[in-house]
Amino acid sequence: MLEKGATAPDFELNATPDQKIKLKDFKGKNVILAFYPADWSPVCSDQMALYNEMLKYFNKYDAQIFGVSVDSVWCHLAFEENRKLHFPLLADFEPKGAVSKAYGVYDEELGESKRALFVIDKEGKIAWSYLSPIAVNPGADGILDALEELNKK
Amino acid sequence: MSTLKPEINSQDHIQGDDSASVTIVEFGDYQCPYCGNAYPIMKEIEETFGHQIKFVFRHFPLANAHEFAFPAAIAAEAAGLQGKFWEMHDALYENQYRLNGELFDELAETIGLDLEQFQQDSTSEEIKRKIEDDFDSGVRSGVNGTPSFYVNGTKFDGGATDLYQMLKESAE
Repeated sequence: MLEKGATAPDFELNATPDQKIKLKDFKGKNVILAFYPADWSPVCSDQMALYNEMLKYFNKYDAQIFGVSVDSVWCHLAFEENRKLHFPLLADFEPKGAVSKAYGVYDEELGESKRALFVIDKEGKIAWSYLSPIAVNPGADGILDALEELNKK
Repeated sequence: MSTLKPEINSQDHIQGDDSASVTIVEFGDYQCPYCGNAYPIMKEIEETFGHQIKFVFRHFPLANAHEFAFPAAIAAEAAGLQGKFWEMHDALYENQYRLNGELFDELAETIGLDLEQFQQDSTSEEIKRKIEDDFDSGVRSGVNGTPSFYVNGTKFDGGATDLYQMLKESAE
């Protein structure tokens, strides 16, 4: 797993069938990448549902959050619509898990992304990363602490 | 290990003995079914362990997922201004199966609130801020879903049933 100080590998992933997100386009902004195993986990304990409530916090720190899993864009769309998510979910779908692998957070056995968080600074360097046990939703306090730290610089 | 931030203070709704040795803080959402399931268990914990338990509730409404979660938290706080936070809290969970926008006035009447005052307080900015402060506290304390429990200031890794079990074992 990539650690603090490493350059965040660039990527280009679909957020919708016709919209691609390039990491390098977000230079000058803090970026949060939340890798997670799969769409459609139970609602109340769902990590994405939590981040959805926190967008104004992330905004305050000039940070954009992206969820990343190996689900397809269509699956992401249905999931976003069902859960009323207001931030992009990226499809690490083809070649499967390539971006997760580049960040060192792909589970070969399950064929899914691990549950991992990265905070990337405005220059594209990893400022903080965290790997959570697969069944444990890591919450958001670590992300906020990392963003706060960046703000102090 | 995640800890409760800020600590329990005068803004909190607290039930039970001041001298209790165990303080439980729940971050909850009135529309969350898991919180609804935890509600009777929390009652049972309070009954079983009586004076040993102090119980605090902070709001953690997942407003995008649950459209009535925030209004319900407002209703509880507005009832709190008339000294009946816990009555509304109980009524909301007991009626969670039929939670909707019209329920709040009905519950306010049932628990004997001054309805006009209740409706007026429900639009208060201060109440809104209090709920947002609770949410903020949850985020800072590492809440990752609802309900989340803190026992004596430290995040408890489990649900209400696990909590009951843990208390029972430590009492033995």
